[in-house]
Parts: sequence; C-alpha cells; structure tokens
Amino acid sequence: MTHSSRAATFVADADRTTWHDETLWFVRQKRDKAVYAVPEFQDLRELASQIKEHTLSRLDEYLQQFEAKAQRNGVHVHWAADAQEHNAIVLDIIRRHNATRVVKSKSMLTEECHLNPHLIGHGIEVIDTDLGERIIQLREEAPSHLVLPAIHLKKEDVGATFHLHLGTEKGNHDPQQLTEAARQHLRAKFLAAEVAISGVNFAVAETGGVVICTNEGNADLGVNLAQVHIASMGIEKLIPRLSDLGVFTRLLARSATGQPVTTYTSHYTKPAEGREMHIVIVDNGRTQQLGRPDFRASLKCIRCGACMNTCPVYRRSGGHSYDFTVPGPIGAILSPNIDLKKHSSLPFASTLCGSCTDVCPVKIDIHVQLYKWRQVLTEAGEIPAAKKWSLKFMGRFLASPKAFGIGGKVARTGLRLLPYQLTHAKAFNAWAVARELPEPPKQSFREWYARTVE
Amino acid sequence: MRVALFIPCYVDQFYPQVGIASLQLLQKLGVQAHFPAQQTCCGQPLANSGCEREALPIYHHFVDTFQDYDYVVAPSGSCVYHVRKHFDKLEQTAPVQKVRAATYDLIDFITQVLDITELPGQFPHKVGLHLSCHGQRGLHQANESEMTPVRDGQLRRLLSSLDGIELTELDRNDECCGFGGTFCVSEEAISARMGQDRVQDHLRNGTTILTGGDMSCLMHLQGIVRRRQLPMKVLHAVEILNGTRF
Ligand code: SF4
Repeated sequence: MTHSSRAATFVADADRTTWHDETLWFVRQKRDKAVYAVPEFQDLRELASQIKEHTLSRLDEYLQQFEAKAQRNGVHVHWAADAQEHNAIVLDIIRRHNATRVVKSKSMLTEECHLNPHLIGHGIEVIDTDLGERIIQLREEAPSHLVLPAIHLKKEDVGATFHLHLGTEKGNHDPQQLTEAARQHLRAKFLAAEVAISGVNFAVAETGGVVICTNEGNADLGVNLAQVHIASMGIEKLIPRLSDLGVFTRLLARSATGQPVTTYTSHYTKPAEGREMHIVIVDNGRTQQLGRPDFRASLKCIRCGACMNTCPVYRRSGGHSYDFTVPGPIGAILSPNIDLKKHSSLPFASTLCGSCTDVCPVKIDIHVQLYKWRQVLTEAGEIPAAKKWSLKFMGRFLASPKAFGIGGKVARTGLRLLPYQLTHAKAFNAWAVARELPEPPKQSFREWYARTVE
Repeated sequence: MRVALFIPCYVDQFYPQVGIASLQLLQKLGVQAHFPAQQTCCGQPLANSGCEREALPIYHHFVDTFQDYDYVVAPSGSCVYHVRKHFDKLEQTAPVQKVRAATYDLIDFITQVLDITELPGQFPHKVGLHLSCHGQRGLHQANESEMTPVRDGQLRRLLSSLDGIELTELDRNDECCGFGGTFCVSEEAISARMGQDRVQDHLRNGTTILTGGDMSCLMHLQGIVRRRQLPMKVLHAVEILNGTRF
C-alpha cells in the first residue's frame, strides 16, 4: 500500500481530519508563540545544528568516550548492531534478574525495534507508562506521532478503550476522569515493576550520563521504583559536553509543544546503591544513513515532532498513513534508508513546501532530502513504471519546441471539444475528482505573441 | 538591458492572459521584454517527480534559449526557484551560471531589479493573497511564519500600493495550498483537501478576488473554487497590477 491510498482512507472522514488538522495546528501556533518570544532562537538553531554536525563527524570517538565514562560510573554498556540484537540484550538482562514485570517510558527506539512484542512473546509483561502510549498499547496500535502518540484519537475513542480495558463507565469521556483511571491503573504497575526501560533524549559523552525528557514524570517514577534500569539509545543521541545540553533543551520543548522546557528533564549518570543501570547503544541502520552524504543530516533529529505539526500533509493524513515508526516529513527521509521498496511512496508524500525545514530546530534540510530521495528512488526503479515512462516521454516532448507547440494545441483543443463527462471522468483523471480543469483558451500565449507582437 | 520573458508551459497553454499582462506591465515600466519562441519548460514537473535525469535535456534547452539575455523574467516563483536551485545538476559552464543568476520571478524583478515599490492604479476589492511556498520559502519573497512573526513581502507591498484595495487577513497566513506538481494527482485526496481548506480560509475572511504570484497554485485553487461554485475570482497578481478591472 502507498501513502496516498492510506491517506485517502484517513481523509475520507472529513470531520476527524478537520479535528486532527486543527489540533496539530494549535500546537504549531503554541510553538510559534514560544519561539517568537526568544529573540536568539535562530542563533540557537544554528548552534544546535553545528553541534550535531560536529558530533556526527566524529561519532566513533564520542561513542567511545561515552562508553568509557559510563562504565566508570558503574553502568553496564551494551552495543547492538540491529533491532534483533537490541531485543536479545534487553531480554537477557530481564531474564538474569528473573523478572517478569516491566514498565516502559516512551521510547521510539524500542518501538522501532518492536521490543514489546518480543518481550511479551517471552512471557514478560510490558506496560507503556506514558498516557498516550498506554492508550495505543491497549488498542494494539502504533504511535502516530513522535510526541503525541495518540493524537489520532479523540476523547470518545479513549473513553471507549478505557471502558473496554480498564472498566471505566461506558460513555464516559471526561478527560480528567479518564486520566485518573489511567493513573490508578498505572500506579499498581509501577509498584510491581522489577525492570524499567526508558528511551534517551540526549547522551553526554563527557559525563557518560543520559538525559530523559518527559512531561508526565513517568520515566522517573519507573526508574526510581524498579531494581533495574535499561536505557535504550540510538548512536545519534550523543552530544559532546554537558554544557551543550542547554542549547537542545531550550529548543526541544519549544519546538515540540511550545513549552519553555519539558516538565521533567532528568539526568541518569549512575545506578543507585544496590541497583543496576544498563545502556544499550543501537545502530539499526544509522551508520548506513551516516554513510549517505545527502541524507546524513537526518541523524541530527532530536525527535521534537515540530515537522509533523507543521506539515500540511501529515496533518491531513495522520501518522499511520506513513506506516513507519517515525511518521511525517522526518520519517519520510529516514524510512527509505531502512527499506527503499516498502517506503518508496513516502518521499512523494509532500508538496515540498519547505515548512518542515524552516521549523526544524536543528536545521535539517528535510524537503531537500525528500527531493533527493525521489531521484534515488527513480534511479533504483522504485517508482511506478507508468509514471516513469510518461515522464520520460514528457521529457522528450518538453525539450522540443516544435512538439511542445503542437502537443499543447492538441491538448487544448481536445479539452475544448471533448464532452465534459470524458474530460472530467474521475476514473482516469484524478485532478477532476474534486477540481475543475482550467478552461482552455482559444489561443496560447505563444500564438498570441506570434500574431500580435511579431 | 535585454530581458526575456519566460512563460511556464501551463501558463502558455491555459492562461495566456497572464503572459500578456506580464508583457504589458513590463512595457509600462519601461522594459521591452522579448519572448523567445523556442522556449518550452523549466523541467520542474519531471525533476520533482524524481526524473531529474530525464529533465536534463530540458535544462540544456532552457539555458540555450536564454543565455544571451541579461534577465529572464517569469510570472512564477516555483519555476524560477527550480532554475536557480536545481540547475546545479548541470555542468556549471559560464552560460549555465549566467542563466541561473539572471532568472527572476516577475515580482522580484519589479521590486528588486527595477526597484519599484509602488504602482499607480486602483483596485477597490477585497483581495486575498496566496503565498506560494516556492516563492515564499524558496526565494524568500515573504517571511516564513516559522521564523518570525513578520508577515510582509514584496508582493503584498506592491498590491497594497493600489488605491482602494483591501487585503484579507488569513487564519493561516502561509500554509501550502496542496498543489505540489504531480502531488496533486498522485496524492489527489490530500491535495484536494488542502486546497479546500485554503479556499475556506479565504472565504471565511472575506476574499472576493484570490491572487498570488504563482499560477500553478492558483490553477489548483481555481479548480476548487469553480467546482464548488464559490463567489470568488482567481487572478494572477500581474493581472491586477497591470490594471485588470472588475
Ligand atoms: S526533523 Fe527536526 S522538526 Fe522533525 S522531529 Fe526531527 S528535530 Fe524535530
């Protein structure tokens, strides 16, 4: 299935689309307000971009430095080449503690690795503790947004889900009461958990510590209650020094939700007395992307989700239309690296309006990369053959003034003479499903010019 | 000053009046623009669809056609953006470099090269300006709402210099209309929805004449306006600036 067919399904529900679009636009406006209030915001962006650029250019060194520091702090460091290795390492740690109950705070990486099904398949109970994550976990859905994983759902959907799984009253969709129900339900899970798994927002090479940003404090609750903490991070999460962190925390929350900072910005450097801390460092295709000069900048992403909130296509097609862990514009440039064939329609799911590039706090040239992926996909033979041939034909046609003049006239005349039902047949003219074709004029500009001016 | 007019392929075929208005407006401003008859297209529709390689002959033809002019002026931000930005794929010979630097959007040419910030004339209508992404974000013809709250741009300033004109304030100043070249066909459902939302914003805020600097976005919006038979007329900005009356 292509993005466009999944998107067509989403947009067919016009009211839900309106609501989805307006909700995300509201977040985008909150972001604007927060950003306009910081006069040096563009300087911050530039600085963040340069720090990431620098880090990526010597990632090997910083990773080694990070590992050494973390080990000195008493943290166990593991390396995983891919999702499979990551999942095996995590399962192994859990098993060594004879644990069966795990709480997890939001982590797109574990989502990317499909950790939950893996652990559940091995008899482990895994509970996502971020409210949105828990909702979609109950519904057995994937997150549809980086920061707002359940943004595709309305409160009525949540009410129905909680009624089914948590026994709330049927028809109750009061957000406050639903949140309270979730809180009660999660409290028991937190208290029982033996292992807490978290993602990592930033890993500091200089200190060997990891930083986790949440608004609900669920990562902290999990980590502080459980005996074992496993933090999963992609290799690109590194920043060199602790003093670099402020640049990113100032950008992250503002870009994501319009807050000055996230409610909780927690540093984990070493395990508490008698406890264990593990960090799993994961590649899973990242070094391959690092090796693609045109696309390496995509690794600068700090997962703020701003490009999704601003993307006019994402807002109307929903995160699931991308069918990739990271949806939206950034997902559309990360996904072909993982599976060119499967995700071949994503770089085309954009008008190349450039809003994503302008909003990105680390200045990733997202729309430029979308354009470049399109070229790569065509070269690799991954665009529909009919499209390719018609464009090839068009290329010849447009390079020849003669053919162009004649062809244009034929098209215009055809449009004028053919019956409306034919020119506007929805079956083979996608344009005409919702739009009128332009009215063909009697003469083209070049004909007018030849007659009038020359 | 030798100035060539570049009329994008679809404007040539479907909106000759935009080409005529461009020529006439330039004339009024003292510029005798010439229309080289062998011109075709800038290659953008192919390149944006991933067929950059197939577009190279078109690029060469474009350079051959226009290399002897001091300026190449087009009533379309997106074609100009394409020539400037994506002709980097060609070997950067002197003619290629010259053509890339010489290619201007009509509005930019008027405001930046001719240094004109006001035009005589009147247009007593409620006009809604559609900022096209390639012009706005690509050529920086107006400030992006992502960057700063400043919303002015060259075209807006030119239009507001006309007597009696009233410019619509939109809820979303610079959201994309959803045209996007072949996107409008390959992602028909989303494209149409984006266009409908765009038109709705104008309708809600009182636009009776919808205008902009890029006919491709306007063609798409006009398609929606006409399908829904809305009380709104769609005109390229150069038609208004050249004195079209209603
Ligand atoms: S690409 Fe940029 S805007 Fe999008 S999520 Fe990443 S950091 Fe945020």
